[in-house]
Formats: sequence, structure tokens, C-alpha cells
Amino acid sequence: MVTFGWPEALFIFRAAGWTLLLTAIAFLIGGLMGGGLAILRLSRIKLLRRFAAGYILVIQSIPVLMVLFMSYYGLSLFGIELPPFFAASASLAIYVSAYLAEIWRGSIEAVPFQQWEASSSLAHSPAQTYRYVILPQAVRISLPPTVGFLVQLVKNTSIVSVVGFVELSRAGQLVNNATFQPFQIFTLVAAIYFAICFPLSRLSRHLEKVMNASRPH
Amino acid sequence: MRYQFQFDAVFAEADRILNGVLLTIGLSFGAIVLGLALAVLLVAAKSLFGRWVGVLVDAYVELMRNTPFLVQLFMMFFGLPLIGIRMSGTEAALLAMTLNLGAYATEIIRAGVESIHRSQIEAGMSLAMTKRQVFQYVVLMPALARVWPALSSQFVLMLLASSICSFISVPELSGTAAIIEQNTFRSFETYIVVTLIYLALALSLKVSLLWLGRRIFPRLSSVDRLDAKAEAA
Repeated sequence: MVTFGWPEALFIFRAAGWTLLLTAIAFLIGGLMGGGLAILRLSRIKLLRRFAAGYILVIQSIPVLMVLFMSYYGLSLFGIELPPFFAASASLAIYVSAYLAEIWRGSIEAVPFQQWEASSSLAHSPAQTYRYVILPQAVRISLPPTVGFLVQLVKNTSIVSVVGFVELSRAGQLVNNATFQPFQIFTLVAAIYFAICFPLSRLSRHLEKVMNASRPH
Repeated sequence: MRYQFQFDAVFAEADRILNGVLLTIGLSFGAIVLGLALAVLLVAAKSLFGRWVGVLVDAYVELMRNTPFLVQLFMMFFGLPLIGIRMSGTEAALLAMTLNLGAYATEIIRAGVESIHRSQIEAGMSLAMTKRQVFQYVVLMPALARVWPALSSQFVLMLLASSICSFISVPELSGTAAIIEQNTFRSFETYIVVTLIYLALALSLKVSLLWLGRRIFPRLSSVDRLDAKAEAA
């Protein structure tokens, strides 16, 4: 009978690294997709707007777990045997893209419309308007909710353990299966998640306060 | 490679899927009702009792909001039996969902309560309302009306998160999917069907919550609109 000791704790800590890596990859790829979708969502072309809105609505209305299963089994249908890490990153990126697109769309829309007019009166092209006028302001507005969403992402990486990828939660499960000391193990696992998420939550709240302070009333 | 889709195998298990849908709806409904009640109690306790209660409530909220639902579920399912509380998977799932949603709802309702201006409470007191009446009619209901959209999206997120309960073999919708998949080996078809059902459930919940909000807070929301107009002017 194995008991819960330093080697097991170390195994769990190492798995936390995979959770962080998964978060970073999903956030990067999902962020790129989400940015594109946010701009599509505000496009002048109705079809593109509709497409982005539909994508966001569907992904936000199905569980991340289903996105994961669909990409895991869907890809294997085409004979592509991907390691679990790729299926996990891909599905988390899809999930992230839908939520970030909606957050960022809101931030872009929150920039006063006079800014668009001012920019076009300076003969900026749409791309220049985004680059020099809208996005710098939208990024500021979007910062608190984006960091807040990052907390959700860190927590949701826990469900990719179902396709056999060993991240923090899966490591906890494996150690629990060997030692059966669930209280100690899951307390440690929860504490590690908390140590990652709590500072982010605080940062998000702090950013919100800073931004509100500078808003003219 | 050409793949032959075979949905018949999945539809042959329609009874099982129906039971899964019912359990998903039941768990979500139970968690929404209990979680909302818990949140209202905690917000009330925070404003009525001293600082220490407030600190405890905050600690609970932050703990729940900053750890994954999956880990909370494991704690309830594997951890609680060790201290003598034995529960079936479904009961553990309902408990975890209630505690999780309760924390988020507490945070949302707290924000709503804080948005109620002090003068409103003073006005209530000057009308000789009791403390309880002021809390119920002047603070709580208008606060709920204001944060109803945020609460609604949290409820939908909870419905989606209920899929995670399949990790402890609760036979709700996604747990059912796992069983059907093992029986039929039609993984992709199973998950397409189940995903579409989740989509339908989430969209119907969204629409019903919108309808319910208009139903419960018709007068209050119109007062709020007037408030907003007055502020804008």
C-alpha cells in the first residue's frame, strides 16, 4: 500500500506545470481565434457577422466536455490519431475563442462611436482605425474581464483529464487511486489551483477598480 | 477513409437518453433553486451579522470560485465518506453543484445589493417598514431584478458544468453518453446527438430565464429603466 508522501506530492506539482502549459497554449490559440471572431462579429458584411454570432452562440451553449469529446473522436474518424495533448489544446482553444470573442466584441463596442468618426475623418482605413484608434482603447477596457476569464480557463483545463492527459486533476486522481487518501490529495490539488487562480481573480478586480477610477463621470 | 455514420445504434437507446436528460434537468433545477436560496441567505447573513460572518462568507465564495468544479466534486464524492458522510454519486453531484452555484450567486447578488442606494433604505425605514420588510422589498428584490441577466448566464453555465458530474459516474446526460458509447462503440454519433441535446437544453433555459425574469420583475425592471433615464438626464 502506497501512502501519500513527498514523491506523490512532487508528481502532483509537476502535473501543475502541464496545467499551466495547457492554459497558456489554449489562451494563445484561442485568443487569436477569438480576436478574429470579434472583428468578424462587427464586420459590415452580414454573412460574416451571422457566422461569428452563430459560432459563439453554439460554443457557449454546449459543455466544454462535449467540445473535447467531439474533437477527440471527430479527428480520429479521419484516421488522425492525435496525442491527447493536441485534442485537449484544440478543444480548449475552441472554447476560449468563443468567450474571448464575446468579451472583446463588447470592449470594442464600448469605445465611443465618435472615435470611429474622428478616425475616418482623418482618412484612416478600417485597418488603421482598428490599429491606432480603437484597439488601444478596447484593450484597456477588455483587460479586467479577460484576466477574469483566464481563471475560468485554468479551472476548465481540469476536464481534459478525461481523454487521459495527465494534468493537475488527473494526477490527483491517479495518486488517489494508489493511496486512497482523497482528503489530503484533493486538498493539495485544490490548493494549487487556488494558488494559481486567486491572484488572477484579485488582479482582475484590481484592474477593474483602476479602470473605473480613470473613467470620467 | 470513408466513415459510415450509424445513428440507429444511438437512437435505439432513446429511453436511456431520455432518463439522462431528465436527470440533467433535475440536477440543474435543484442546484439553481437551492443555490439561489443559499446565496440569498449568505448575502442576508453578511449584511445582518457582524464582520466575522462576512469574512467566513467571503472565504467560502473565494474558495469555490478559485478551484475547479471537478475538484470540488471529487472532494464531495471521495472525501466526505471518510468523515462518515456517505452519499450516492447523484447526491454528491447535487451538493457540489449547489455549493458551487451558491458561491457565484452570492457574489452576483452582493453586487446587486451594493448597487442599491442608501437613500432607498432610509426611505423604507421612514415608511416604518420593519428591517425584514426593508431587506425584502427595498434591497433584495430590486437587487435581484438588476442582476437577473448575470444570474441567468450563471445558471446556464451551471447546466453546462453539470456534464462534469459524469466523472463520478452520475448517469446524467453526458454520463449516459459514456454508457451508450461503451455499448455501441459509436462514439462520434453518440456525442453529436448528446451535444445537440445540450444545445437545445441551454437555449431553452436561456429563453425561459428571460421570460421568467420579465414575469417576476415586471414593475421593478420598469422602475429601474426610469432610474437609468433619470441618471442619464
